[in-house]
Amino acid sequence: MLSIGLGHYLTVSAILFVLGIFGIFLNRKNIIVILMSLELILLSVNLNLVAFSSVLQDLTGQVFAMFVLTVAAAEAAIGLAIVVIYFRNRGSIEVEDISTLKG
Amino acid sequence: MNWTLILPELVLAVAGLVILAIAVLPKRDTDFAASMATLGALLLAGVLVVAQPDGEAFLGQYVSDAFTKFMKLLVLAGAALGLLLAMDWNRKEGLARFEFAVLLLLSTVGMMVMVSANDLIALYLGLELLSLSLYVIAAFNRDSERSAEAGLKYFVLGALASGLLLYGSSLVYGFSGSTNFDGIANAITSSETAPFGLVIGLVFVLAALAFKISAVPFHMWTPDVYEGAPTPVTAFFATAPKVAAIALLTRVVAGPFAELAVQWQQVLLIASLGSMILGALAAIGQRNIKRLMAYSSIGHVGYALIGLAVGSELGVRGLLLYMAIYLFTNVGAFAVLVAMRRKGRALEGVDDLAGLGKSDPAMALAMTVFMLSMAGIPPLAGFFGKLYVFLAAVQGGYWTLAVVGVLSSAVSAYYYLRIIKVMYFDAGEALDPRPNSLSIVLAGTGLFTVFFFLFPAPFLAAAQAAVAALVG
Repeated sequence: MLSIGLGHYLTVSAILFVLGIFGIFLNRKNIIVILMSLELILLSVNLNLVAFSSVLQDLTGQVFAMFVLTVAAAEAAIGLAIVVIYFRNRGSIEVEDISTLKG
Repeated sequence: MNWTLILPELVLAVAGLVILAIAVLPKRDTDFAASMATLGALLLAGVLVVAQPDGEAFLGQYVSDAFTKFMKLLVLAGAALGLLLAMDWNRKEGLARFEFAVLLLLSTVGMMVMVSANDLIALYLGLELLSLSLYVIAAFNRDSERSAEAGLKYFVLGALASGLLLYGSSLVYGFSGSTNFDGIANAITSSETAPFGLVIGLVFVLAALAFKISAVPFHMWTPDVYEGAPTPVTAFFATAPKVAAIALLTRVVAGPFAELAVQWQQVLLIASLGSMILGALAAIGQRNIKRLMAYSSIGHVGYALIGLAVGSELGVRGLLLYMAIYLFTNVGAFAVLVAMRRKGRALEGVDDLAGLGKSDPAMALAMTVFMLSMAGIPPLAGFFGKLYVFLAAVQGGYWTLAVVGVLSSAVSAYYYLRIIKVMYFDAGEALDPRPNSLSIVLAGTGLFTVFFFLFPAPFLAAAQAAVAALVG
């Protein structure tokens, strides 16, 4: 019988984390996808924290995960607000269009 | 529970909420009152920080010692000067909204929590409170395409850095069994070899903090955000948050990870070398002065990081002095940029400074002082900042850092001197008269920069005490 241990959780969360990073850098379409990738990163962190918390028999990790959830909500709200004002100015949220500032 | 230790933060947070609640009541003209109330709250918090006793609060999550006091006073000064720069500019640009003061106040609370954090959770919450406020004020000029784009870029890359920080924190927590800095330090010293996961976590945390201080290779956002954000916001970005992030980085590497010095020294060494070189070379061709200042600030972070990379008490003392001097010099230079305005229009080109030596000799003189100080010309303050970090590098045997540092400051002197040349030898129209608040900031920071060499002792003593508290 296969038992699921810490290593499995860490692997899943590492995969989610890498997917999130790639989602930000390889995505050439839309800013909303970037916002989703950011959420994916935060959720992979939460999975890590909760898995560690359970293995270590220590509640701190779960408390930390609660804080991360709260802050992620605030971050998404601010991110969407900025996307809205950007769209009002530019009329587009294509990633390729974000290039007014260049050196 | 020793809750009085967070009194300065409490005062600022409550002041922010009260201003927010009161300022929505009347229909107009709340901006000036909100700014004044914010300045008052910052001043009160400064007094409380000075009067604060040393100690720990909230089960060791929060510390107060000479180091936090030194850094918090710098942060408060940076925030107050940033607000002074912004008040007149915002009014002229039609941005005079009281939310600016409130956001600045909340970001200051975040910075103070960062400086005092002794736990990964406190660190994260402080950093996020700062970052979330900064995302909004980067996009504060919401009808400007450039400001919105700066806010968007800063948000995406800042949120990515927060993600890296969190992933690193989760690994550190998992492999050390504690989020408390003292607990992490104990876990590292008690094990024979540091767990591999812990080192990976440390690298992630360092990468995220390098992003916040815009050290190479995590500097890409800096020029774009500095150029797009409103000028006083850029001034604020380049000063107080950078000081707070450097304080946090110092606390993280000198506290919980002191035993892993071999690992983090390599990372900081590369970041420092890269930042110095990039800051010197990339700024040369810049025509936009805000972009130039962005590269200049990347370079300055490189010099400051020398102090941390050598890993000695002397180095950290040099770092603290460097940040103090950098803060005041930079605020002064940005005061000139904020004053750059012709026929009511804000200007950003290096060439727009032409003729300033004739039309406004006082401001041109002040700008000359700031530029020479940043280039590290004695006897101005910037020279002493560089002197102490290079001294630490030489004494620690890190010759590469010292040599590259001296060479890149010689290269960067080129673009600082170019600004002086444009001001005095090129012809141009006069700028609009500068407002009084900017004159006050210019005079204060200018006098500090010029006369620092007469009274370095109290600053040295304060930095020394801060280092002793951090290491001891």
